Order: sequence, then structure tokens, then C-alpha cells
Amino acid sequence: MELNLLVFCYLLGSVTFIVGLKMLSNPVSARNGNLVAAAGMFVAIMGTIFLYEDEGKKLGNYGWIFSALVIGTIVGTLMAKRVKMTAMPEMVSLFNGMGGACAALISVIEFRHLMHGYDPATYASNGYSFFSSLDGTTMLIIFLGLIIGSVSFSGSMIAWGKLNGKIKDFAFKGQHIINLVILLLNVAIAAFIIIARPEETPLFFYAIILLSILYGVFFVLPIGGADMPVVISLLNSFTGVAAACGGFLYDNKVMLTGGILVGAAGTLLTMLMCKAMNRSLSNVLIGSFGGGNAAAGGAGPQGGTYKEISLSDAAVVMSYANKVMIVPGYGLAVAQAQHICHELEKTLEAKGVEVKYAIHPVAGRMPGHMNVLLAEADVSYEKLLEMELANEEFKSTDVVLILGANDVVNPAAKSDPSSPIYGMPILEVEQAKHVIVNKRSMKPGYAGIENQLFFQPKTSMLFGDAKKALQDLLAEVRSI
Amino acid sequence: MNQILNWIAAHQEMAYIVILMIFVGIEIIGKVPSVLHTPLMSGANAIHGVVIIGAIIVMGQAEEGNTIALVLGFLAVILGTLNVVGGFVVTDRMLEMFKKKK
Repeated sequence: MELNLLVFCYLLGSVTFIVGLKMLSNPVSARNGNLVAAAGMFVAIMGTIFLYEDEGKKLGNYGWIFSALVIGTIVGTLMAKRVKMTAMPEMVSLFNGMGGACAALISVIEFRHLMHGYDPATYASNGYSFFSSLDGTTMLIIFLGLIIGSVSFSGSMIAWGKLNGKIKDFAFKGQHIINLVILLLNVAIAAFIIIARPEETPLFFYAIILLSILYGVFFVLPIGGADMPVVISLLNSFTGVAAACGGFLYDNKVMLTGGILVGAAGTLLTMLMCKAMNRSLSNVLIGSFGGGNAAAGGAGPQGGTYKEISLSDAAVVMSYANKVMIVPGYGLAVAQAQHICHELEKTLEAKGVEVKYAIHPVAGRMPGHMNVLLAEADVSYEKLLEMELANEEFKSTDVVLILGANDVVNPAAKSDPSSPIYGMPILEVEQAKHVIVNKRSMKPGYAGIENQLFFQPKTSMLFGDAKKALQDLLAEVRSI
Repeated sequence: MNQILNWIAAHQEMAYIVILMIFVGIEIIGKVPSVLHTPLMSGANAIHGVVIIGAIIVMGQAEEGNTIALVLGFLAVILGTLNVVGGFVVTDRMLEMFKKKK
């Protein structure tokens, strides 16, 4: 009876994951979808704790289990509640790494479990091969979970460090070859253990852990910050597959369905993100932006003269415009300037200026990042224009105000085939009558390339931190 | 060849689940607007936290005296919980902001 109830719990869990994910892909039902999946997860976890039995034996160590659950819940909730909206992407990466580590640890424990009865002395004396008695499928699954989980863990940690600025891009010549060698070596060792069953199996096992962690680090290190969302999404689907390995191991359907579901959906999501940037996945992973080839790409027509605009001039230009289009980017996000930006929008509207936002699909740190930030600041939905719509409206726009965006408005993506971002769809701001660019300095953006837009005659620069500049600009606009 | 067929026959139930889930996963998020990419990724991130069930099973089966298994299992359950709870809460916070204006 109890076991059947557990089967039902797992079935319920699997269905809620599918329904939840489906609801998450529609703006209206998204929030409820998340809650549905969370409820299903709760049922599946509680069912496992109280109903699971293996060969008639119930689970023990309730004290340990519950204290771990309580610690994890408190820490996880606090972290998730406290994190600033701008730091969401690295938070997702961090949690993803935790899941990967969890999957890897399960493999470690299961492997130790397998090794339990192993005694080298008896093995040597009676010639009985302990390792060859092990089930190949089980070992395969354990290795798979271990490798994928460890790569996902270390990769996510690096992605997390990169996004919050603790780790800088790092690439050296032939890094991709070394990566490939590490990966192949890893697979070779795993295959060797499973087929040949050498006596040094435990030693090789720990070598696999080290190599996998190393691979994750090298895999993510050379990839530029602008591509991090794609990498996190990819690692996310890796962790899904690692979780599914656990499902195989314990013949657990909810782990299997949940894991594979995320693995498949995550892979597709990764592709969709790449498509939004008009790049292929291999290009993201191998053509490390900002790494080796950035120097070549950036060597195009450089420099030129740019002109600055004073705050009062900018305020006048904007106040007497008919239509102002704001292009938010990462600079707005790091400066936490979304609220003040909304203030400026309201003040301008009160003066009869039409204000809209042009949102590039990959502006900010993650696709949709800008929408989330501006929604937080109460900017109305109708004011947020997606790229295609915005590009049509630029022709009739008087002033474009660019807030800390760079690569997504770089005309080189259209005109310069040698540019690393060539082919990426951009916001065609140069069609507007006047462009004001707020940046902290003339430093290039994440792609590490110059932006010719800044040197065009219709462009003027307004240097400074987005929040500070907007505050001053707001004061100027109000005083007109 | 025979071995492979045997293997598939022995695990056919799993193989069916895997294949069907791959199609379901691709199908259900096929039409997601780019606005929702981040929350969707975050939600999917929370769902793969289901790996915690494996951690709970490992933890619950560890023998009293086996300190290493207990400690590793304990750590695994904490990490899994972080993934699940943190993942769902972060996703909810992101989506909360979409909901305000309908």
C-alpha cells in the first residue's frame, strides 16, 4: 500500500514538472507554473522520506536528513531572497552548481558502496576477480553521473565567479585542444575501467573526478561574459542529465523524468538563446569572445573623435523631443538605475514626450534580464518594445538614450564581416535623429570590440555611472 | 550486437521514458518568448534539483558507523536542498515582477 502510494507521489511529481515547465513558457501562467512544479517536488521529497523502502527496509537517519533539509532550506531561501535582481543570473548558476555537486556526490557514495566488499588480500589469494563481478551498467551510470555532475559543478562555479567579476576571462593558445584531450582522457579512463576492470579501479575513479572538475573549469574559463547565459543554460541541461543518471541508478521514475525533461528543454533553450544572438552553439563554445581572436576582430577601424554632451543639453534635447527611445543594457543593471530610469520616463511623459524602451533579446546578462529589471521598477509592459518592433520605430524617433548598452547597438554587426559579432541582430539606433550614449568610459563592451556608433556625428556621449547620470539628468529635465 | 539488444530489452521501460521525455521537453518550451528565457532557465534549474531524492535515499541507507557515507550524504542533501529551494524561490521572485502589471 505504502509503496503504491510512493509510486503515485512520483507520478504526481513527474506530471507537475511537465505541466509546470509548460506553464513557465507562457507569461500569464508562468508564476503558477513555478508553484505547481514546487508543490510536486515537495510531494516527491516527502514521499521519498516517509514511504521509500528497499527490500522491505525503510530509510533511516531521519535526524541527519531533516537537519540537512532544514539547513538547505534556510540558507537557500535567504540567498534567493537577498540577492539583488541584477545578480539573478549568477544566483541561478550557483544553484545549478549545487545540483551538479549533489549528483556527483551521489555517484561517489554509490561507488564507495560498490567497493564495500572489496578486500585486495582475498582478491590476490584466490584469484577471484572482485571488479569483474560488478555490474557494467551500474558502473556506466555512476561514471556518467559523476563526470556530468562534476563538470556542471565546476563550470557553474566559474560562471558564477565570472558574472560577479571575481574571475576574469582566461584563455591560452591551444586551450580547446587541451580541453578536448582532458575530455577524451576522461572518457577513455571510464571506458577502460568498465571494460578491463583493472585492480586500480578506485584510483582511476578519483582521477576521473579531478579531470572532470578540471574540464569544467577549462570549459567555461575562456568564454566571454556576454555568452555566460548560454553556458549556464547548457550546464543547466547537463545537471538535468546527471539527475537522470540518479534516476537510472535507483530505478526512480521521477528523477528520470525530471532530469531528462530539464536536459531536453535546457538544450533547446540553449539553442534558442544562441539564435537570439544569431550565433551557433559551437561558435559560442569555441570562438571564445574576448579571448584570442578579439584582438584580430578589434583591429578594424579604431578610434576617431567622439563628442560629449552636457547634462543640460541632453535634458533640453530630450524634453523637446516628440519621441524618446531608451535602450537599457548591462550598465543600467549594475548601477541599479531601473527605478530612476522609470522616474525619468514619467517626467518626460508629463512633458508630452512619448517614451518607449527598446529591449534587445540578449541585453543585460541574460535573455529577458532587462524585462525583469524594468518590470521591477513598475515600467508598464506596453512600453517595452522587442527588437523587431523597436527597429521599425527608430526611424520616427528623435532621441535614443542608450544606458550602458554597447554590443547590442554596435553597427559592426551589420557592416563589418571581420567583426566577431558580425551577423548578430542589433538595435538599429543610428536610424534615429540623435543618439545619446551613457557609459562609464570609452572602454569596449563584453565582446571586446570598438563601437563605431560612438564616433558617428549624430552620437554624443554622456559619461558617468548610469544611476548618477540619470539622477542628474532627471534634475535637469525637471528644472526646464 | 546480441549484448546490446539484451541490454535494451532489460532497460526498455527506462529507454521509453527517456525518449518520450526528450520529445516532451522540446515540445513544451518550443514557443517560449525570449522575455521568459531567464525565468524558464531558473525554473528548469529548480526542477533538476529532483536529484535530491537520490541524495535522500543514499543518506537514509547509510549505516550508522559509516561516517564518510553519512557526511557525504549529509552534504549531498544540503546541496540538493539549496538547488531545489533556492531555485524555486529565485524563479518566483523573477516572475513576481511580471505579475504586478497585467
